[in-house]
Amino acid sequence: MDKGDKLKKIRKLFFVFFRIGAFTFGGGLAMIPFIKREIVDSNHWIEEEEIVDIFAMVQSVPGVIAVNSAIFVGYRIAGIWGAVASAVGVVLPSFIVISAIALLFSSFKNIPVVARAFEGISAGVVALIITALFQLIKPSIKDDYGWTIAAVVFAIMSLTNISAIYVLLASAAAGIIISYIKKRKEV
Amino acid sequence: MYKLYVELLVTFFKIGLFTIGGGYAMIPLIQQEIVRHGWLTFKETIDIIAISEMTPGPFAINAATFLGVKTGGIPGATFATVGVVLPSFIIVTLVAKYSARFKDQPLLQYALYGLRPAVIGLIASAAFLIARTTFFMTPNGSACVFADTRNILKVVNWRAVLIFVVAIIASLKYKIHPILLIVLSGVLGVILYSV
Repeated sequence: MDKGDKLKKIRKLFFVFFRIGAFTFGGGLAMIPFIKREIVDSNHWIEEEEIVDIFAMVQSVPGVIAVNSAIFVGYRIAGIWGAVASAVGVVLPSFIVISAIALLFSSFKNIPVVARAFEGISAGVVALIITALFQLIKPSIKDDYGWTIAAVVFAIMSLTNISAIYVLLASAAAGIIISYIKKRKEV
Repeated sequence: MYKLYVELLVTFFKIGLFTIGGGYAMIPLIQQEIVRHGWLTFKETIDIIAISEMTPGPFAINAATFLGVKTGGIPGATFATVGVVLPSFIIVTLVAKYSARFKDQPLLQYALYGLRPAVIGLIASAAFLIARTTFFMTPNGSACVFADTRNILKVVNWRAVLIFVVAIIASLKYKIHPILLIVLSGVLGVILYSV
């Protein structure tokens, strides 16, 4: 691959992921079909079977799906600069929009109608999170150990000030320990 | 100013490193960090969730950008956003390079066996803590303490409860889109809080 060809690919990656970033409303799993269409169907950068593995992988490492997919695909297509171009591309639309909103938000929220709307939205946010919670329970909790971990995490996070970081580390350790014990019982 | 940029970078690097299970699971950690640094009140962090839901981009990244602008302008936003993306960048490029070895890592699968239910606990606590702030009014607007149970009925924010009931039915039963749900609860807020 010559230099000009690579540069072209990097530029293309930036614009494709910019478009993906601009439409990642709410983020997360809703984005998967959109990313797949751009990467597999339109640009043929990654094979259909491989993209499934990629989505599984990007969900098991830290970070958000859209950004992780961008970095992975960018790296595969055009190396480290491809990864940089894709990451910047996918983040830039929300960076611009959120910066503009953050700059205006304080004065915006002083308008009484807006303040009332956000009072209402605050209650809507609770409904939104509970909806997501119900959708995630089935794929996330497989047995009683799972229910126990979820319950303990809920109690700690709701009643104490212990950092979520320690809670996550402890959960990972619990997952490893329980898996080993289960494995030994099987033998 | 320099100190603030470093603090934003480090804080959001930490948040990025522990962003597991996507958006909603990270709400408690982001709220903890933001409130601990005194950057925003708990109530203000709920606004970020609402804004994030209505604009493109995932919550963790939107929160970084929003907080960065609030505390350190556009340079602050750049530091915070780079910070939140950096852990993913390092890890994912390493995985892309050595993905053959990554796939059959039993230890990672075992860790995820514990982390996936933990994510459920985190999201449930996010809902609980935000509900507590939203459904109960205290004079200073801070989270309500349930020390005096006799006063609970007096501090219940009935308007918020009503909006929540409408929203949860619309969402669970009629499956309306999240953006529409935000608009609906915003309109209800304008109507109910005006009377």
